[in-house]
Amino acid sequence: MTMRIPVSALIGLTMMAFFFSLAVFAPLIAPYGIGEVVGDVWEPMSAKHWLGTDNIGRDLLTRMIYGARTTIFIASAATVLSFTLGTLLALSAVVLGGWVDMALSRFIDLIMTIPTLIFALVVLSVVPTSILILIVLMGLLDTTRVYRLARAVAVDINVMDYVEAARLRGEGTRWIVLREILPNALSPLVAELGLRFIFMVLFISTLSFLGLGVLPPDTDWGAIVKENKEGLVYGIPAALAPAVAIATLAISVNLVADWVLNRTTSLKGGRNA
Amino acid sequence: MREAVAHNLVEIRGLKIGATVFTPGEKPKNVEIVHGVDLNLEKGKVLGLIGESGAGKSTIGLSTLAYGRGGIRITGGEIFINGIDILKNSVGELRDLRGRQVTYVSQSAAAGFNPSKRLMDQVVESCLSHKLCSRKEAEERAVTLFRKLGLPDPENFGKRYPHQVSGGQLQRAMTAMALCPEPDLVIFDEPTTALDVTTQIDVLASIKEAIQDTGVGALYITHDLAVVAQVSDHIMVLQHGRMVEYGTTDQIINNPQKDYTRALVSIRSTIHDETPAKGEPVLKLDNVSARYRGLNFDVVKDVTLEIHPSQTLAVVGESGSGKSTLARVMTGLLPLRQGSVSFNGETLPAALEERSKEQLRELQMIYQMADVAMNPRQTIETIIGRPLEFYFGMQGAEKRARVIELLDEIELGESFLKRYPAELSGGQKQRVCIARALAAKPRLIICDEVTSALDPLVADGILKLLLNLQEIEHVSYLFITHDLATVRAIADTIAVMYQGNVVRYGPKSKVLEPPFDDYTDLLLSSVPEMKLGWLEDVISTRKMDSAGN
Repeated sequence: MTMRIPVSALIGLTMMAFFFSLAVFAPLIAPYGIGEVVGDVWEPMSAKHWLGTDNIGRDLLTRMIYGARTTIFIASAATVLSFTLGTLLALSAVVLGGWVDMALSRFIDLIMTIPTLIFALVVLSVVPTSILILIVLMGLLDTTRVYRLARAVAVDINVMDYVEAARLRGEGTRWIVLREILPNALSPLVAELGLRFIFMVLFISTLSFLGLGVLPPDTDWGAIVKENKEGLVYGIPAALAPAVAIATLAISVNLVADWVLNRTTSLKGGRNA
Repeated sequence: MREAVAHNLVEIRGLKIGATVFTPGEKPKNVEIVHGVDLNLEKGKVLGLIGESGAGKSTIGLSTLAYGRGGIRITGGEIFINGIDILKNSVGELRDLRGRQVTYVSQSAAAGFNPSKRLMDQVVESCLSHKLCSRKEAEERAVTLFRKLGLPDPENFGKRYPHQVSGGQLQRAMTAMALCPEPDLVIFDEPTTALDVTTQIDVLASIKEAIQDTGVGALYITHDLAVVAQVSDHIMVLQHGRMVEYGTTDQIINNPQKDYTRALVSIRSTIHDETPAKGEPVLKLDNVSARYRGLNFDVVKDVTLEIHPSQTLAVVGESGSGKSTLARVMTGLLPLRQGSVSFNGETLPAALEERSKEQLRELQMIYQMADVAMNPRQTIETIIGRPLEFYFGMQGAEKRARVIELLDEIELGESFLKRYPAELSGGQKQRVCIARALAAKPRLIICDEVTSALDPLVADGILKLLLNLQEIEHVSYLFITHDLATVRAIADTIAVMYQGNVVRYGPKSKVLEPPFDDYTDLLLSSVPEMKLGWLEDVISTRKMDSAGN
């Protein structure tokens, strides 16, 4: 079967590949060291410094490349955590039903009533900030949203005769969750994966911008905006570079997610065909 | 171009219809689904279109409205209604045609009515939108039609909402809606298929009467030859978008010329001879009662039944009679409230979770909708292989060999191993479900309406297969169905259920022999028979009204 990838998805894929290779090969690509002061404060763009320098004279391109590494790593890890946990909890809740479902769902509702950002700020002001803590915190907070979606999808699948047939066969919860329900719930979840990843990028950027995220000497896009935001007053565009990067990544991931969603719905009998 | 013959209401010549199909994993492609069909219908006559699903009968019916469902286009031919080629009509002229000269009665009246509007408003709608008469006149027409169709309290019937009337009444209301603008042609698209068998004949009788009284021409589309024989003057048999045979009803029923038609006519003649019960019963129900949570009455009341080895017990009744609930009780999905279920002489725990793997293995189930009974993401090999792996610990080559053996038993073969359910036809899917049940080497298989979603010829094949497998595997069946023809074909013992009670129970020969109780009489007499004038006979001799009235 030959698969035609639409132009929009192709653009998205190319952009994503670009960002992810930046993240993976950062030390090889970056022209200078991450904390190295190589020039004057806020030098304009030049052949030597493609994006100019930042508020204390470090090469902005280097900072952006290392920032991509941190941002994308944290966002990816947190997304994987929230998806695995959210999906497994939701599917198990649906399959087990009864009070397990009730207790878990109401608990998730309770967590969701607290604004995510405020919750995160409170936690981060108490526990010491580290990349691991950030990943776990963001992952757990986003689990609530994945749980809601996965549960809605799984409830529909759980009433299918083939799930009942598995139950009558005497299959355990594990088989029903992993082999009967999960493969059929995957398509809407994969499409959501892209969106959740982008929310993670925005979330970590927000935290860093507020000074509670990634701490020096590490950096990420949010932190670069924070460091350079005063420059905007004097007409220096350094803070815009990470902003553009965040926007571009968000758009490219969405282009790909749209394509995945379209492709999977048409597989199910052509709702989108 | 030849002119249309004047006395013909409908004249179709060389009709070709194409469609775009979307096969999973492949590019959409255009196929022809009707290959040049000719058809004539005189004014005031009824033509029955018959064939299995995919024969193109509904598509041809809708083409007389110059309409095709999603993805369907009329690609060639001419359709004359009253001598005018409607395929050359403008959009405005089509609007005049539809709902005025030609009207449509669909299979599912429940989906055809707007639930938020009163029936009367919907019945008179096309009269008013075509400005045929005043609202007062239209409502008078509607009341006359309600009376003619035998609806209760015709003056006030229109004030109700669709959910306040029964399925049979709704189907009649839809017929009234179609007849209200006094059309020349009505298309009946499987109008009684979704109804219970006892309701079906009342609706059928009132439709027939309404057609005769109003002198309207009709295309009657159905897959059930016995039904169409009661209402139509001529019958056209279709298969794969081509005409197989055309003739008067009498000729088609009594003297069919083509093999395919003969197969359709003899469809209900498979008879399994009753075998006497031997040995200890496999399954025994003692005074079983059950209800769903939140209900304050029992859905199954005090049921006592036995199933013997290598025998088939058919549980028959209309929807809502509690027959599927009975199956849920046996499988443990719905724990019983009273009584006991014993299997192989020992009492089964009421709840599914408390039953042993061995007890689960020996009691398998086959579902009505094979589509949703198989995981769409698993191959046929996985689907049939799983019970082997789960119950017998088979792996690798041994498992595969057994799967192939089972595939051979259901007459499909090795080439199906790697396919997915979506790539199978309805009958093949049901066969795979049978193989999955057999893989567990059960002593009893519960078959819940396993043939009702299938075309008659395919269903016949499935029944024959089940009977063959019973010979080979010595398995017992509990056969749940609303179709008495199926029961006649397959059962040794019959239990007739009505409102949760077993009203008649015994060997097939006894149950189907008079004297009958009133309900069994109603049920038996409601099964359409392949003979002319059957409908009139039944209506005049019945003892009890159907529940749908």
